[in-house]
Amino acid sequence: MTSTADRTPYGSYADYPTGAPVADAAAPDGPIAERWDRRRFEAKLVNPANRRKHTVIVVGTGLAGGAAGATLAEQGYHVEQFCYQDSPRRAHSIAAQGGINAAKNYRNDGDSVHRLFYDTVKGGDFRARESNVHRLAQISVEIIDQCVAQGVPFAREYGGLLDTRSFGGVQVSRTFYARGQTGQQLLLGAYQALSRQIAAGGVRLHARTEMLDLIVVDGRARGIVARDLVTGRIESHVADAVVLASGGYGNVFYLSTNAMNSNATAIWRAHRRGAYFANPCFTQIHPTCIPRTGDHQSKLTLMSESLRNDGRIWVPKAEGDTRPPARIPEDERDYYLERLYPSFGNLVPRDIASRAAKNVCDEGRGVGPGGQGVYLDFADAVARMGRAAVEEKYGNLFDMYARITAENPYEAPMRIYPAVHYTMGGLWVDYDLQTTVPGLFAIGEANFSDHGANRLGASALMQGLADGYFVLPSTINDYLARNPRHDTLTAEHPLVQEVLAETEDRLNLLLAVGGDRTPDSFHREIGTLMWEYCGMARTEAGLRKALDRIPLIRDEFWRRIKVPGTGQEFNQSLEKANRVVDYLELAELMCLDALHRAESCGGHFRVESQTPDGEAARRDEAFSYAAAWEFTGTGAAPTLHKEDLAFEYVHPTQRSYA
Amino acid sequence: MKLTLRIWRQKNAGAPGALSTYEVAGISPDMSFLEMLDTLNEELLLGGDDPVAFDHDCREGICGACSLVINGEAHGPNGASPAGADSRAWGSTTTCQLHMRSFQDGDTIDIEPWRAAAFPVVKDLVVDRSAFDRIIQSGGYISAPTGAAPEAHATAVPKPAADAAFEHAECIGCGACVAACPNGSAMLFTAAKVVHLNSLPQGAPERESRVLDMVGQMDAEGFGGCTNTGECATACPKGIPLFSISTMNREFVRAARKGR
Repeated sequence: MTSTADRTPYGSYADYPTGAPVADAAAPDGPIAERWDRRRFEAKLVNPANRRKHTVIVVGTGLAGGAAGATLAEQGYHVEQFCYQDSPRRAHSIAAQGGINAAKNYRNDGDSVHRLFYDTVKGGDFRARESNVHRLAQISVEIIDQCVAQGVPFAREYGGLLDTRSFGGVQVSRTFYARGQTGQQLLLGAYQALSRQIAAGGVRLHARTEMLDLIVVDGRARGIVARDLVTGRIESHVADAVVLASGGYGNVFYLSTNAMNSNATAIWRAHRRGAYFANPCFTQIHPTCIPRTGDHQSKLTLMSESLRNDGRIWVPKAEGDTRPPARIPEDERDYYLERLYPSFGNLVPRDIASRAAKNVCDEGRGVGPGGQGVYLDFADAVARMGRAAVEEKYGNLFDMYARITAENPYEAPMRIYPAVHYTMGGLWVDYDLQTTVPGLFAIGEANFSDHGANRLGASALMQGLADGYFVLPSTINDYLARNPRHDTLTAEHPLVQEVLAETEDRLNLLLAVGGDRTPDSFHREIGTLMWEYCGMARTEAGLRKALDRIPLIRDEFWRRIKVPGTGQEFNQSLEKANRVVDYLELAELMCLDALHRAESCGGHFRVESQTPDGEAARRDEAFSYAAAWEFTGTGAAPTLHKEDLAFEYVHPTQRSYA
Repeated sequence: MKLTLRIWRQKNAGAPGALSTYEVAGISPDMSFLEMLDTLNEELLLGGDDPVAFDHDCREGICGACSLVINGEAHGPNGASPAGADSRAWGSTTTCQLHMRSFQDGDTIDIEPWRAAAFPVVKDLVVDRSAFDRIIQSGGYISAPTGAAPEAHATAVPKPAADAAFEHAECIGCGACVAACPNGSAMLFTAAKVVHLNSLPQGAPERESRVLDMVGQMDAEGFGGCTNTGECATACPKGIPLFSISTMNREFVRAARKGR
C-alpha cells in the first residue's frame, strides 16, 4: 500500500503526513460471537494433497511460533522454522510466570467468553479491536484442552481436576497455572509438538539462525535473509508465506525483563519493507521487579505481582532518609498507594502502581542504591497470617529475591522498582493476522492486535497460543489458496540477490567503522534516553528532546561503533551491533507515536492529559484509533494511517481507582 | 573486587583450545557472574581483543542457555543460603543466578565450557547441545495434533501424578547433568522427560515406545552410561531427583519385556 499523502520535502521527523485510513478488511460483520465461525467457513482451503507443495517460513519458536510451526506441519505444509537460540526450547515465552486465562467457568463464578472479552477490551483501555478480542476469548477454552492433551502439568485439585486462581485484579478465577512456571510448561508443550514434526520431516529447524531481512517479490512476502550465527554465512530462504513470531521490542529500553537476545530486527526489517507498525508507544511497565544495583546491570527480573496481595508498599516520608527500614518508625512511613487510592490500595493496576513508584523516587524518597526503589513489606502479613502461611504462598518468590539480593525478605522489606515488561504495539495485522505486506503474517507479541493500550495479566500466553495453534493455521489457508504456486522463485532471482547484498553490506559496514565505542554502550545510551522520555510518564517537551537527540546518537553510532572479528564466524558483538542499528530507528518511531497520541491511555501516560486527581485521561473523541505507521526512509517522517475503532459491544468508560 | 580469570579460549570447533589468563578489577559483589564476564568483554573489545563467547539469554534461571563450568563445577559453587531462605531451592542455581558475592577479592577462577563427547565446543565457552533436541524428537512428546484434544476435564489426573509430572517437567535442558557426570551421561535429562510424560494418563498410549526410542537416541548420540555416581542430580539447577533414573530404568525394562 502506498500513501497518497502530500509530504513536505524537508520537514522534520515530527512533521508526519497523514495518509489514507487503514481498515481491517478481513473480519466478517454480523453478530460478534459468529464472526470467527463465519471467517473460517468463508476462508478458502488448500487441498490436503497440495499442502506439502507449499513452504511457510516461521521466525521464532516461542508460544506463537512453536505452536504455529507444529500445527502447520500437522496440516501438511512444509515449514522452515528459525530461531536465534541454540534450541527452540529457549524462546523467552519460557520465562512467563503467572498463568494463562481461559473462559472455562470451571469455578461456576459467573465467567464466560463474553466476560473475558469484556475484561480484555476494558483492560486494554478501549484501544483494541473488538472482533479480534472476542475471538481470543472464544479460543481460550480450546487452548486449555490442547495443552492438557499434550501433557502440560497444570496445577490440579485433590479430585484430579484443574485448579485456577484469580489474577491481575479480575473478579473471576480463570487463570490456569503450573506453579510459577506456566510459560515454561506451555512452551515445552509447543516445543514437544514441534519436535514431533521435526522428526516427521514436516518442519526443518534452523537453530542459531537469525532473520536479518524480508524478501518481497511482486508485492508479496516470499522469504527471508538470515545469518547462520555459527558460520556467519548469510543466506536467502524462499517460501510462499512468511510468519513472524519474533516477540516484542521491550529491549529497546536496554534494561527490561526480556531475554538478553530478544530483539526487534525481524519486525523492524519487515516494517522497512512495507509492513505498517501499529501503536509502537504502547509498552507495559511492570511494577514489581527487583531494582538495579548499579551500572553493570544487564537485565531486570520480574517477581509475580501476586506479591501485592499481601505486601504493603511504602517509602520514608522524608527526602533522603537513609536509615535502614527497621529504624524508620511507623509514623515516618508513607504507604503512598493506600493513601492515594484508599479503596484499591496496593492492588491498583500495573501502570498506576508503576507511575506512583516513579513519582516518589523522583521526589527523592526512593530507597536502596541510587534511590531507585520502594519497599514491599511483609511484616504485617507475617504478623497476621504467620510466617508459615506467608512461606506457603510466596516461598519460591522470596527465595528468588534472596538469591539475587542476598537479603532475607522475611526479616527486611523487599525493594522493588518498575521495569519494561511487554510491548502491546507491533506490526499492524488484520483479522487474519496478515500485515500490510501480502503473505507476511505476524503472531503473538510481534503483532499489535489484541491488548490495546494495556495487557491484562495472564493474557500474553493466551494470545500467543491462540494465534499459533488456532488462528494463523486457519487464516493462512485462505492466503495460500488464493495465491497458488505458479512460479518457482529461486535464490538467483535478482530481487533476492539484492536483499542478500544489502544485508551483507550492512554487516560489512558495521565491521569496517573501527571506532571506539562498544555496541552495548550505544544500546545503554538509547535505552536510558527512552526510559527517561518515553517510559512511565511522557511529556511533549521530553519527547521532542528525545526526537532531537536520537538522530545524533545514530550518527555517532555509525562514526564510532567498534565491532571486532569478521562476519564469517561466531561473532556475538556483530549480532549485538546489528540489533542496535534497528533499535536506533525504532526508538524514534516510538517517541513520535507517543508524541502524536496526546492522550493518556493504558500504559501510555501523557502528563498533559490527566484528570484533576492525577488519573490517566483518555480522549476518545480524538484518539479512538490504532495508529499504523508506514516507513518512508531512515530519519524521514513516517506516514500515519489511522484504523478507526468502533465499539459495538463494550461501551467505552473512563476508569477510576481513586 | 579484583580477580584473575583463567578462561577456555577456542576459535571454533576444529581449532585447538587453551586456557588464557585475564585480570579484572572493579567487580561488585552484587554483579551476577555473567555481568562480570560482560565487564571483561567490554574491556577486551575496546582493547581490540576478541570477546569471550558464552551462551546466555533469559538471565533469570529458566531458559537453560547459560552453561559454564566454574572452578570445576557445572554452574559453579552454590552460594550459602541467607538465614530464612529455603536451602534446597537456594542450593541449586544456574550460572546466570550466581553472584560475585560467592567469591573473594583476589580469587583465581577457572571458567570452562561443558565437557562431554556429545556436546562439541562451538567457540570458547559455547557448546552444541542439539543432541538434547534430537532425544526429545525421538519420543519426548505426546502425539496430540492441534484441534484433536478432548475437553480438559474429560480425564481427571490424580494430584500425586500431576505433581510428579510437574517435578520432572521442570528440567530446563541446560546440560549441567551431562557436564557433571564423569561418564558424560544424559540419563537424568532423558529420565526427566520420560517420567514427566509417563506419569500422566495422556502419556500412557506411547509409554513403551517413548522410553525405548529416547534411550536408543540417547545412546546413538554418544552420551556415556550411568554408573550411579549421582553428580547429575547434585548439579541440576532445578532439583530433578536422582530416583527418576531408576524410574526410567524400570519403564525401559517393562517396555523391553513387552516387546513394544
